[in-house]
Amino acid sequence: MKKLLYFPGCTLKTYAKNLEATAIAIAREFGYDLVEMDDWNCCGVVASLTEDDLMHHLAPLRNLIRVQDAGEKEVLVICDMCYNTLKQTNLRVKKNKEDLEKLNSFMDEENDYRCEVEVVHFLEFLKNKVGFEKIKKAVKKALKGIRIMPYYGCMLLRPREVSVDDPEDPFILSELLKILGAEVVEVPYRIECCGSYHTIDMKEVVSRRSYVISMQGIRRGADAIALSCPLCHFNLDRRGKDAEKIYENYRQIPVFYYTQLMAISLGLDIDLCGFEKHAVDPRKLLEERGII
Amino acid sequence: MMKEIEELFRNINLAKEVMELSGENPYDCYQCGTCSASCPFIEEMDLKPDEVIRYVILNRKEVLKSKTIWICASCFECAERCPRDINITKLMEALRQIILRKNVDHTEIEKIGEEEKRTIPQIAFVSLFRKNVG
Ligand code: SF4
Ligand code: SF4
Repeated sequence: MKKLLYFPGCTLKTYAKNLEATAIAIAREFGYDLVEMDDWNCCGVVASLTEDDLMHHLAPLRNLIRVQDAGEKEVLVICDMCYNTLKQTNLRVKKNKEDLEKLNSFMDEENDYRCEVEVVHFLEFLKNKVGFEKIKKAVKKALKGIRIMPYYGCMLLRPREVSVDDPEDPFILSELLKILGAEVVEVPYRIECCGSYHTIDMKEVVSRRSYVISMQGIRRGADAIALSCPLCHFNLDRRGKDAEKIYENYRQIPVFYYTQLMAISLGLDIDLCGFEKHAVDPRKLLEERGII
Repeated sequence: MMKEIEELFRNINLAKEVMELSGENPYDCYQCGTCSASCPFIEEMDLKPDEVIRYVILNRKEVLKSKTIWICASCFECAERCPRDINITKLMEALRQIILRKNVDHTEIEKIGEEEKRTIPQIAFVSLFRKNVG
């Protein structure tokens, strides 16, 4: 087994345990042992966007230094928001020597950051390290007869410098879903924001987002949505379910992490998927289509 | 609160502050509206993103009381598409920061309910606090 360091972040330890568990199991299938990095801290979730605000780059940078201290050149990230934040900080200090010096001299206990670490999203790992061809060969149960709408949201794609694919026309998720045997339903809103943190104090705004996004897929015949980010998951699944109370006759379709769909088609333990925690339980659909 | 905000920022020059904070130049905008056409929250906004830019240039402080700057969720869609390469996402952040840095919070943390705390993912809380609380 080849060891790979990964950064979990807060949400993988709480709401999205199933995302973490399925990702670890998938990596293991292909000979990689995902090892949780020591002493990680919350990345801050959103990138600092003002010129003078270096302070909020400290949290991501500390994590990058821990990776460096572990003697690694790469850190895998599974949560899209953490990925985006860690990568934006990494790019800023790589591009801006002055900022890097300031941050390095501000931290007393940490070693200086040498800018040698790369931040890699789990999807990029699957595509570039494992390879989609290899995944195709490992499929035990093709996701036949199920039409899935890939959804990217923001953090995998923007800003452009951190994107895992073409930010305006991404295909990495649909490529993967096709390999698993699913039929893919592409919609323009696959790259639009789910409503993000407004889910706390503007729930209805987020329910409307969820409805509009899901409806584009439903109108084109989608049975389910596949995505990567835990906050997108909560918003489309839970706030989508809430939208049933706003829009007459609206039924939210199941929302999967792509890792859950992979786990099923690779024949891994279905309990890892934690489907019982979803607002819309996807098992009914999977049973109906004879997949589980 | 509304009155207070206008009072609090009477003496600032919006365009200058925004430029300093965001590193973006609002005067580059030629008002094409691409940002507004791209914004997924446009229906929830009182001022459209291109109007926000205009208000900044004209130093119209009402923009600091608009719903728009708080509804913007930093999705980077407008920044990706602006033909003048203006990062409107950063500009919106600058407007929020102008207010937050005067210790005027937008969200009252105490008002968040128990059910929300129990069910919503952590990443939502951390981002809300980072965006709406100074
Ligand atoms: S897209 Fe750019 S140039 Fe066009 S109105 Fe918006 S900020 Fe101005
Ligand atoms: S960054 Fe803000 S203003 Fe720009 S498109 Fe997204 S929500 Fe709208």
